[in-house]
Amino acid sequence: MSWITKTLTSSIGRKIIMSVTGLFLCSFLVIHLVGNLQLFKHDGGAAFNAYSHFMGTNPIIRTIEWVLVLGFGFHIYEAFALTRRNKAARGHGYAQWKAEQNSEWTSRNMGILGTIILIFLIVHLYNFFWRARFAGDLPKMGGVDLETADYDNLYLAVVSSFHIWWYVLLYVAAQISLGYHLWHGFRSGFQTLGLNHRKYMPLIKYAGYVFAVVVSAGFASMPLYFFLFTNERGDVVSNAPAFIQSVASAF
Amino acid sequence: MLLDSKIPEGPLAEKWEKHKFNVKLVNPANKRKYDVIVVGTGLAGSSAAASLAELGYNVKAFTYHDSPRRAHSIAAQGGINAAKNYQNDGDSIFRLFYDTVKGGDYRAREANVYRLAQVSVSIIDQCVAQGVPFAREYGGLLANRSFGGAQVSRTFYARGQTGQQLLLGAYSALSRQVAYGKVKLYTRSEMLDLVMVDGQARGIVTRHLITGEVETHAAHAVVLATGGYGNVFYLSTNAKYCNTTAAWRAHKKGAFFANPCFTQIHPTCIPVSGDYQSKLTLMSESLRNDGRVWVPKTTEMAERVRKGEVKPQDIAETDRDYFLERKYPAFGNLVPRDVASRNAKQMCDEGRGVGSTGLAVYLDFAEIIQRIGAEGVSQKYGNLFAMYEKITDENPYERPMRIYPAVHYTMGGLWVDYNLQTTIPGLYATGECNFSDHGANRLGASALMQGLADGYFVIPYTIGDYLAATAPKPVDTQHPAFAEAKAGVEARTEQLLAIKGTRTPDQFHKALGHIMWEYCGMARNAEGLQFAKKEIQRLRKEFWSDVRVAGTGEELNQTLEKAGRVADFIELGELMVDDALARNESCGGHFREEYQTPEGEALRDDENYAYVAAWEYQGENQPEKLNKEELTFENVKLTQRSYK
Amino acid sequence: MAGSNPNAKPMNLTLNVWRQPNRSTEGKMVEYKVKDISPEMSFLEMLDVLNEDLLHAGTDPVAFDHDCREGICGSCDLFINGRSHGPEKGTTTCQLHMRKFSDGDTITIEPWRANAFPVNKDLSVDRSAFDRIIQAGGYVSVNTGGVPDGNEIAIPKDIADRAFEAATCIGCGACVAACKNASAMLFVSAKVSQLALLPQGKPERKTRVENMIEQMDKEGFGACSNIGSCAAECPVGISLENIAILNREYISAKATSNNLA
Repeated sequence: MSWITKTLTSSIGRKIIMSVTGLFLCSFLVIHLVGNLQLFKHDGGAAFNAYSHFMGTNPIIRTIEWVLVLGFGFHIYEAFALTRRNKAARGHGYAQWKAEQNSEWTSRNMGILGTIILIFLIVHLYNFFWRARFAGDLPKMGGVDLETADYDNLYLAVVSSFHIWWYVLLYVAAQISLGYHLWHGFRSGFQTLGLNHRKYMPLIKYAGYVFAVVVSAGFASMPLYFFLFTNERGDVVSNAPAFIQSVASAF
Repeated sequence: MLLDSKIPEGPLAEKWEKHKFNVKLVNPANKRKYDVIVVGTGLAGSSAAASLAELGYNVKAFTYHDSPRRAHSIAAQGGINAAKNYQNDGDSIFRLFYDTVKGGDYRAREANVYRLAQVSVSIIDQCVAQGVPFAREYGGLLANRSFGGAQVSRTFYARGQTGQQLLLGAYSALSRQVAYGKVKLYTRSEMLDLVMVDGQARGIVTRHLITGEVETHAAHAVVLATGGYGNVFYLSTNAKYCNTTAAWRAHKKGAFFANPCFTQIHPTCIPVSGDYQSKLTLMSESLRNDGRVWVPKTTEMAERVRKGEVKPQDIAETDRDYFLERKYPAFGNLVPRDVASRNAKQMCDEGRGVGSTGLAVYLDFAEIIQRIGAEGVSQKYGNLFAMYEKITDENPYERPMRIYPAVHYTMGGLWVDYNLQTTIPGLYATGECNFSDHGANRLGASALMQGLADGYFVIPYTIGDYLAATAPKPVDTQHPAFAEAKAGVEARTEQLLAIKGTRTPDQFHKALGHIMWEYCGMARNAEGLQFAKKEIQRLRKEFWSDVRVAGTGEELNQTLEKAGRVADFIELGELMVDDALARNESCGGHFREEYQTPEGEALRDDENYAYVAAWEYQGENQPEKLNKEELTFENVKLTQRSYK
Repeated sequence: MAGSNPNAKPMNLTLNVWRQPNRSTEGKMVEYKVKDISPEMSFLEMLDVLNEDLLHAGTDPVAFDHDCREGICGSCDLFINGRSHGPEKGTTTCQLHMRKFSDGDTITIEPWRANAFPVNKDLSVDRSAFDRIIQAGGYVSVNTGGVPDGNEIAIPKDIADRAFEAATCIGCGACVAACKNASAMLFVSAKVSQLALLPQGKPERKTRVENMIEQMDKEGFGACSNIGSCAAECPVGISLENIAILNREYISAKATSNNLA
């Protein structure tokens, strides 16, 4: 084994991969969230579709996409490898185990949380990414603008999906899992890379908590918004609360 | 047998240097032909094993613990003395030497103590180089604190865990040699006998504590670093496993046992709380730097305190007796351990003791808390205060600690000459296991110093001298002496298992401890000692007919281990009583009530008792023979110790 | 002799204790009753009472490791009611006192569980894996003699204090026992940070961490997933910060050492 493989398959090496990919995926979450905020724009999906067309066709983005695939791939693979190793480290369990008295639930259940997110990810990718990129069965935008008429109307696909109750439920459940996953994962990523200092650790910790809440709440707000307050074309329904009405019309 | 202490000729300050030059050397290529067994991996054992291995000897290191790091050296709290004079307060090698001989009440060998003071400075350097995190000043240099029995600050420390840090340093040096293959480490292996071939120590018999297997090991020399025998009292500050078996087995094979009655009673321990008590916990002597020792002035007030009618913190200053400060204005609360302990006992005997048992005095921190605040006190003693609270459920920041003396250290041990060799050729004893440097009383922060001095800086020279001079022939465990010793150990195990009596080893141990504490403890008299001797003999008979051990010898059997150790303690206890009876004087930790000054201080008899009592085993149930090594003092003046 | 607290009432307890004759034989939980336990007793003194009872009844007493009984040697290692060293924070088993329990309680007592710590008998486990990790590099390679004066190198007080705090690890294994992954990272990190912080440890800084981690992995401990149970259960308060330091040391050693193996 060369020193590289030896390092990366050591217990700390695997954790470094988890941490680097995890923090990279955090940056992806930010971009994904910011981009998806276009869904809230009150223009019948024009901005969102333009954005998704750009993301689907731009060569730089398409290249980075592969990095993203690798990021997910390694994160998931290492998670399984580590879990297996860690389970094997204690062959005989305890009759009584009160870990809740010495640690946070999220920290101990990253695997379960990650698995829920993985299931969601498969459904999510199939529903939007697969259909847009490979199946080609999405409706087209149409309209007078010749340049955009041929764009996929992903907006419509999203909005209609967000009117299926079980889909919304899965989505929200996944975002809660993601929140908890990040609650531990963000701080943990820094700890694994040794980026721990008495002065900055509290900052990293609370930044992680804020990040977890904002990202998961941000993503969860989308299906909830469309499910609760819009019709199947994305228009705000008349019986939505006044607050929603006024916010929606502002954009 | 004439005891030859082999003290080199010449002026005191030059003896060790000259001796180091005169010792024979083993050439580097030959060192790897020699095997040395080191029993015990505390400070003295680990440091010896590591240093010998560094020189090139093949070392086999034995410990009954699961790891060398568990040895009881780890529990030493306060610090380690060294004559560095970093504090510019007038310390010197001679002063450390002088303090130690005086502190030992003039019953130690001058040459040994001087050497100890000389190498003390190297110990600090060695430990710092190993990465021992001693306390430091803000400027980054080493810090010192003061300690009992000295008027200079020469004690180096690592908060309240100095022993731990020094042991981990020695353990790391040992571990390094294990990794190099120069030390073979045998854990969970208890030495149960010494093997002699042609009058030389050539090996040991051990029992593996997990499998029960009895094994033999051969070598060219054997070093015993197996600690002290304070657990003969059952209750002591020693760890539960501390025992005398290795030393006692060696004694029965011909190694003289010196000054067995010199035991140190430490003044600042947490008092006994009940019959179930399994051990006593020491509160570091460093607490006496800032704590003030007192009892109520009157027995009436003491009675009210004992009944819980008055809280100690509510007792007016005028109703308190700070007895150490009153009686010893020069040293105050920092008098040596034996003096502090005896005075505490005296207060309790007068009926002025506190706590529900009346067997305690107060150690009060109110003044320093007022002076530097609770935060400052916590910085200095936080871990000790926390430990006290954990054990007693009382908060020492609010009410004074209760303390009482407890057995802590044994100055006696295997007799060794200047080279640390016992009366058996090829058998060495280091650290608390030997008797050499502390006389009749050990000063605080000197045990760590002696253990490391012996292991790092003395044994590596003197063992080479022996090997070069005698060039012992190789032996292996096929020699019949090994089979014979092994058979003896197995027979004893079978015997213990076969008795199937009604009393547990712990019950016998407690009974022995009670006899020892009552009659051979802080104060002794001839009548009591004679009574104790009979009691111990009776106990010994009962033990061998009524002890109960469950299980077998072929497994982890902690009762069996205990039984073997208690059997040896009983025999040693009797020798301690003999020694105390034979020494018709008071000195240091040995206080014979018949011999005291009108003020109640120890009264030495230098004319008749300035000797080391070295006891020679004469066979089963035979009285031991007393050999005397006369002590000559050329550099210190023998005076009545005064700390007033 | 009365206890120091005359109001303390004796307790009767039920104990569920792991009994296992030796490494190769399967064990089981066995129930025992103990009576008249003083709240002033330490936990191990309570077990002493049980063992004396068992011995009198002709049964093999429960084997458990212990020695100094003042919280420093690191021998005692009981998993009590689902926690390393029991319910009290910052406390070894020997310093845990029965006043933390109540009359009628049932107490579950198990050995440390980790493949790297096989059971010797009953509650005694083999922690020699820790020794082998130290042997892999937990030292400064200096021979006896020939070292500079202790005051030659000034070490800033805060650095010395932090090194000291890491160095106070007693090697009991509570961290491994409490960790969901049976990871030894806190133990290893304490030694690595102590020596990484101090100037004396600098020359071997890279090889030390590389070798110690390699040995740690070889022993079969799990990987750290930053749960924090270890530090929460550590009787001497070794901080998680040390694990971050260990990670940092490992990354920088692997990235820059000359070791190609």
